[in-house]
Amino acid sequence: MRLIIRSDYNEVSEYISTYVKNRINEFKPTKERPFVLGLPTGSSPIGLYKNLVKYHKNGELSFKHVVTFNMDEYVGLPRDHPESYHSFMWHHLFKHIDIEPRNVNILDGNAENLSEECARFEKKIKDIGGVELFIGGIGPDGHIAFNEPGSSLMSRTRVKTLAYDTILANSRFFDNDINKVPRMALTVGVGTVMDSREVAVIITGAHKALALAKCIEEGVNHMFTVSAIQLHSKALIVCDEDATLELHVKTVKYFKSIEHVINNLIGAENVGLQGNIH
Amino acid sequence: MPFQSSEKTRQNRNSRLIKIVNGRIVRNHTIINDDVLYIHDGKIIDPQNHFFACGNPPDVLINAKGLLIAPGYIDVQINGAFGVDFSVWKGDKQMKEGLDKIAKGLVKYGCTSFVPTIVSSHKEVYHQVLPTLKPRKGNKDNGAEVLGVHVEGPFITSSQLGAHEESCLRAAPNGINDFVDIYGLHELKDNPIKIITVAPDVEGVLDSLEELVNFGITVSIGHSSATVFQAESAIEKGAKCITHLFNAMQQFHHRDPGIVGLLGTTRITRPFYGIICDGIHVHPNSIKIAYDSNPKGAILVTDAMAALGLPPGEYTLGGISVRKSGNEKVEVVENGKLAGSVISIDACVKNFKKFTGCSVIEAIEAATLHPAELLGIQNFKGTLNVGADADFVFLDDDLNVVKCFIAGEEISTS
Repeated sequence: MRLIIRSDYNEVSEYISTYVKNRINEFKPTKERPFVLGLPTGSSPIGLYKNLVKYHKNGELSFKHVVTFNMDEYVGLPRDHPESYHSFMWHHLFKHIDIEPRNVNILDGNAENLSEECARFEKKIKDIGGVELFIGGIGPDGHIAFNEPGSSLMSRTRVKTLAYDTILANSRFFDNDINKVPRMALTVGVGTVMDSREVAVIITGAHKALALAKCIEEGVNHMFTVSAIQLHSKALIVCDEDATLELHVKTVKYFKSIEHVINNLIGAENVGLQGNIH
Repeated sequence: MPFQSSEKTRQNRNSRLIKIVNGRIVRNHTIINDDVLYIHDGKIIDPQNHFFACGNPPDVLINAKGLLIAPGYIDVQINGAFGVDFSVWKGDKQMKEGLDKIAKGLVKYGCTSFVPTIVSSHKEVYHQVLPTLKPRKGNKDNGAEVLGVHVEGPFITSSQLGAHEESCLRAAPNGINDFVDIYGLHELKDNPIKIITVAPDVEGVLDSLEELVNFGITVSIGHSSATVFQAESAIEKGAKCITHLFNAMQQFHHRDPGIVGLLGTTRITRPFYGIICDGIHVHPNSIKIAYDSNPKGAILVTDAMAALGLPPGEYTLGGISVRKSGNEKVEVVENGKLAGSVISIDACVKNFKKFTGCSVIEAIEAATLHPAELLGIQNFKGTLNVGADADFVFLDDDLNVVKCFIAGEEISTS
């Protein structure tokens, strides 16, 4: 696992967005061989999307041959509701870029048969050859997508009941009225994320420091579902200084030293995007 | 048949999905910096819904390059332009050609809809002219949309004649029957008459207002020496607007402020008011007073006559000789009175902002949203809301018209 520490949210966004841009451009996607990208919603990726839009407008990045799969969507919320994840993705990313509508995949929380919808989503990921890069954020309790504490680490896309903590946290988007927050969501499973060829997680803010510590300094634990990435061979966490508050000094120093070694001893030009040495 | 084939071409063009990016969109009384416009079949559609529901990518991508995108301007009082005068009958063919010339020519000023205006005329002129000015859709072939006709007079006061011909004036002792006699029942009831300017102090006019309103006509008061009492009565009976405020009406007097006094009424809703922002017909300070009294009622009108868009010289308006001097002023040759204006609607918008110090949004709304509201067509015209006709302009920060689109198609402004 790689842990990249940056000073604040903006630098974290800068790092991850440059990373995504370089990964897509290096991949040289075509119609026959698209780049398959998993995408989150929430506050963590807003800076990332803003930068991706900027790159697109500058002509540095095209989404013509990028296929996206979003992590989750509320159940029963109208698609055009301002807090739906469809609306989020439209406003923050899709409306600004050249992505083909048919290449966008977001779970339909209003499907007649929700289980079928989840199965269809899984099949679509499988049919296209899996996700190349899944980007995630986490909740303060370490949940990735809507895989709340206690979710199976083998889970696939399914209907999930939201934890009380999540409902409370999300009520700020629903007039601070917890009764307006949908109680259920469709979400990719931990297993779905783990099947992707690479996972990158954005973790910022002091309120997520405990989750980060649990995720990387303790064992794999279904109470902090993001900790499953310890078992992934290509995992990247990008965090800010605030999020490291609960980490051991030793941990922080170690991961920072890796970047130091790459930059000063090996030379960044000799290291590939995913950390491989040429 | 050539007509059919051009109709077909237009349908093909319209079925394309157009996406406009990087514009600053004037919508809902604000400027939205990070949104996009989707246009299909000549209408503004919901882009998010289209994206997720239909799945077709845009066929045409237009980069607005940071320009303002505003609804197209609507001119509810325009007597003519480019040498053509709506009030002068020259036969069907010539009227049609004249209308085409104006409808296409106005586009360069950002005008996407207009209401051809006929000054006080004799009965036969209405019967000749009105059928040729029926509402007509705006598009690439037609140019700006014809929303219907504004009949300004002949039920107006002789003491507030302006450039109208006195021998044409009429009173309405028989109420609505006199209106029917002059304009024709069909013209009043169905179309093309959209707006009528009347003087409340002319016999029989006040008593006919409700029936005119019931025909679906927008009633505006002007060319009148009405007292403030008569003016308020007219509003209570359904009149919604004042025709070219300050011009051709009693000057403001503190004991009886007349029609101008409607700006200060608290008893009834303050009406819309058309105002000529050429800096000649109305002093900028007067425009500022009107704006401060009722900013949501301001409607910018050109009141332009045939000499708009023509070089200086002598021309004819409703049979009267007028002289255009410079690019701004036209006078009646005989008596030196102002004879309508030669200002374009985009210049009105710029002037209104300059004279009143209002925001860009307010200046634009005075030529878009407000006239649309006056005519009750704000769901289709005068806004960039989903469902509206895709009539809009690209403007730079000085409010110069850079591009003009009607029904989703760019129309050359050169």
